[in-house]
Amino acid sequence: MTDHALAVVRAGALTTVQDLGRPGHAHLGVPRSGALDPPAARLVNRLVGNPSDAAVLETTLDGCAVRPRRTVTVAVGGAPCPVAVDGRPAPWGAPVRVPAGALVDIGSAVSGVRCYVAFDGGVSVDPVLGSRSTDLLSGLGPPPLATGAVLPLGRPGGIHARVDVVPQPAPPRELVLRVTLGPRADWFTAAALDTFTTRAYTVFSASNRIGLRTEGPALERAFEGELPSEGMVLGAVQVPPDGRPVVFLADHPTTGGYPVVAVVRESDLAAAAQARPGTPVRFVAATRRQPRPSP
Amino acid sequence: MRALPVGERALLVELSDGTEAQALHAELLRRRASGALRVREIVPAARTVLLDGLDEPGRVGAELPGWEIPPLPPRAGDVVEIPVRYDGPDLADVAAHWGVPVAEVARIHSAAEFRVAFCGFAPGFGYLTGLPERYEVPRRATPRTGVPAGSVALAGPYTGVYPRASPGGWQLIGSTDAVLWDHARVPAALLSPGVRVRFVPRPVVGT
Repeated sequence: MTDHALAVVRAGALTTVQDLGRPGHAHLGVPRSGALDPPAARLVNRLVGNPSDAAVLETTLDGCAVRPRRTVTVAVGGAPCPVAVDGRPAPWGAPVRVPAGALVDIGSAVSGVRCYVAFDGGVSVDPVLGSRSTDLLSGLGPPPLATGAVLPLGRPGGIHARVDVVPQPAPPRELVLRVTLGPRADWFTAAALDTFTTRAYTVFSASNRIGLRTEGPALERAFEGELPSEGMVLGAVQVPPDGRPVVFLADHPTTGGYPVVAVVRESDLAAAAQARPGTPVRFVAATRRQPRPSP
Repeated sequence: MRALPVGERALLVELSDGTEAQALHAELLRRRASGALRVREIVPAARTVLLDGLDEPGRVGAELPGWEIPPLPPRAGDVVEIPVRYDGPDLADVAAHWGVPVAEVARIHSAAEFRVAFCGFAPGFGYLTGLPERYEVPRRATPRTGVPAGSVALAGPYTGVYPRASPGGWQLIGSTDAVLWDHARVPAALLSPGVRVRFVPRPVVGT
């Protein structure tokens, strides 16, 4: 192994390699995958001088620790968290020069869920169908990080940003997801659609890279029956038989058989990726609906 | 044909059956290849085709019902041959559903020509149509927690081959050594929508 590598000292709860994903293969059953918070992944890449589609690490809640074997420039963003280099506090949201052999420790997120860690040159595991992303649904790309693993790094090329700190959106206290109703909104009662767009939900702890699960009032079907499998988009709000909406995130299945009541705007999904279990969620219809006559 | 908006950049086109969906899928691929249609994903399914990543979904949705869509030619393109040992644990159940002797299952199944209607469930898993309607079988009442890679299976109107070991509820009639998915290969998937398939019986070791 060359010096262009980093050793995983603490893998964390779930740390994966992510870039901007592998679009264009949904017809083969391959999810898009990629960073759940793409603006954060792009930003940390820019900070270290990488192209925006270079592969970064995506951590989940409790960070990770790595030991680069060469001098690297590192930037951490996404969920705010403490960063330490050989035990000394280092800045978050800014490029940090780290000597070869030093320990880079990304601590637990103070708020939000997922931190993004970019290294100059990028994580250069072998791409699969043009992407280095770990896809947890279909098992494509590198496995989640394991303590003791060694990951290759690319050769640095760009010039890192000369900034002390850059503004990044704070994780949401309340998650507001703008939705377009359909394509299967007609599978639900009018009362259920009102419930969906007016009542409070919360993020459920069983959420993952496949979907943001919610708790709240169940959505009642207008009729029973099974929907033949159909294609699913990123942000689709699928409603399984228990009536609780699930928002499809990057590793979602490409086809499915539960009706999709609405689709969340793609630009709102980064905030969904940073919403902790228990965060209040509101689904807001982005298109104005016909006013209902009052009773 | 009905085109339903899906979010801001996608359309779900509903057809009256799977054959129409496959014909529309073929037409969409032709139009994309010729540059007449710009779309990121074309995802056929049981009775629908999803178009995702459209610049002008409203315009495409309005124009679609006016398209001339030629019916699928019965024979076009190469046939992928998949060698099968008809040795699955559900062979007797399937034979009972069909009301035929067990040995007939292999003959009936290998006599049909299949077409990949759509993919999903796992990379490389294709939903193959082509068995006559009278041979439809239900899923198993209790899904298996582990189905071995290469299992050839039936459910409803479909035949499928499990690309890797996974849970599954389909009726297992055989096994193959064919590699359904290999991301180091081009193309990675042996089966993609529209591909024609035949199953070729191989002797079962030990019989």
